[in-house]
Amino acid sequence: MSILVYANTAKNKVHKSAFEAVSYGAQIAEKSGDSVTAVVVGNADDLDTLGKYGADKVIHVTNDKLNDFQPTLIAQAIQQAAEENNASIIVFSHDLSGKSVAPILAAKMNAGIVTGAVDLPQMDGDFIVKKAVFSGKAYAHVKVTTATKIISLTPNALEKKEYNKTASVEDKAYELGDSRLKVVEQKIQSTDLPLTEAELVVSAGRGLKGPENWGMIEDLAKALGAATACSRPVSDMDWRPHHEHVGQTGVAIRPNLYIAIGISGAIQHLAGVNQSKVIVAINTDPEAPFFKAADYGIVGDAFEVVPKLVVAAKAMN
Amino acid sequence: MKILVCISKAPDTTSKIAFTDNNTAFDKNGVQFIINPYDEWYALVRGLELKEANGGSVTILNVGGADNDPTIRKALAIGADDAVRINMEPTDALGVAKQIADYAKENTFDMVLCGKETIDYNGSQVGGMVAAFLDQPFISNASKLDMAGNTATVERDIQGGKEIVQVDTPFVLSAAKGMAEARIPNMRGIMAARTKPLNVVEPSAFENTTEIASYELPPAKGACKMVSADNPAELLNLLRNEAKII
Repeated sequence: MSILVYANTAKNKVHKSAFEAVSYGAQIAEKSGDSVTAVVVGNADDLDTLGKYGADKVIHVTNDKLNDFQPTLIAQAIQQAAEENNASIIVFSHDLSGKSVAPILAAKMNAGIVTGAVDLPQMDGDFIVKKAVFSGKAYAHVKVTTATKIISLTPNALEKKEYNKTASVEDKAYELGDSRLKVVEQKIQSTDLPLTEAELVVSAGRGLKGPENWGMIEDLAKALGAATACSRPVSDMDWRPHHEHVGQTGVAIRPNLYIAIGISGAIQHLAGVNQSKVIVAINTDPEAPFFKAADYGIVGDAFEVVPKLVVAAKAMN
Repeated sequence: MKILVCISKAPDTTSKIAFTDNNTAFDKNGVQFIINPYDEWYALVRGLELKEANGGSVTILNVGGADNDPTIRKALAIGADDAVRINMEPTDALGVAKQIADYAKENTFDMVLCGKETIDYNGSQVGGMVAAFLDQPFISNASKLDMAGNTATVERDIQGGKEIVQVDTPFVLSAAKGMAEARIPNMRGIMAARTKPLNVVEPSAFENTTEIASYELPPAKGACKMVSADNPAELLNLLRNEAKII
């Protein structure tokens, strides 16, 4: 038997979330005694790095139909790899690719699926996977009852483990159907790391008073090596790009550190960030609800506190 | 243009989350249920806008028990033409998707729209599964959808950015922020919804692939440790030496 992991790539490199997924698969394999096969679709020039996080073998699917993001065809390729390798568990990252492809595969293979896993599965007796539900306000332990199981792992939920294996790479040109979906244009953002995968995030809200005041937020993020985010009103007013909007309607994130500056902490905002490991709130209002969700807080004016933090962060480096 | 919009019922965002029966069931006591926001604000409203511009119909589909009928009536009040409830307590996304796909196969639609995920189980599963069962293209996390004849031009979120794709009907799409703005039903809509058809269909056979063994609430947060605004550097010190995250 084997554990199959779909390893996502971007800009010719294996994606960070793919390493987490491979490491997750390898940790399951350690318990089950299976081997780990990573499936890569499209081009990446660093396939050998997958061994570092536990892949024994890499299947590199070389069909040109996969040059665009075609979820149905990717699912077909993974299904063939799964059948060829007798996969019992198929792992995805719960990122935008995984959210699109994994459910298609589950339906095609009639496999039980748990999306957004936050821990390794329990495998003594029943097969049970823990996932966040109710927008991060609770967890569910989901039992999977089919022989083939699919799990997608929440980005940044678990520490990556290193195995330092040497993975063999096999090129496969699987036969795939035709897709009616045509990609007309791509708008790739300049940021290297999607917000969902950032370990540190500095976020700001209406308390900043205007888009012209974001310089100090960017300075703080840069000094800490963090990504920037914002609250819904800020993105609605076009002070910041929409992809930075975190919260219930925007993206849900789970960084190690979330610093909220001038954000009151409405429940809809918290729903997108409450899974963060450590939360810092900086607000002029000591009654701001964010302080109830935060681990650390500063009651103070962002325009005084943040510049001091930037100086301190730079001094620390 | 025949549009099927799948809606799920979800607890209101501000609901207190609690569990009963030894943490195996969600405690519905005192919980206000709403249409899952992504299904309502984005999928349903965009479906209605397309119907208004191009003609056709919008059918609501929900998988659930009779206690979901008020939620379905709200979708009718917002402007859908008719509704179907598949009479089954949903417990497994694959099972729900199977029911939707079986209904859509028999009643052919130009497009099936749903939200990107539900705010209760946060699965992001049903749309892709329906597409797979129907053998139709799936466009996930779409933030814009425009029709010209039978061709849809869709903006979708992909890893690291956005993409414009084109696809001819039929297709399945999951909707995210940007598709449309929420609509509040007016009194006329609410009155009209009372008499719009809500058909109840019995489910087809399906064996569940997953079940929820138990729920768990996260441990209570400790008190927020306050740092003086006069010495913000202390915050970084705590983050490095106490929390050990920077």
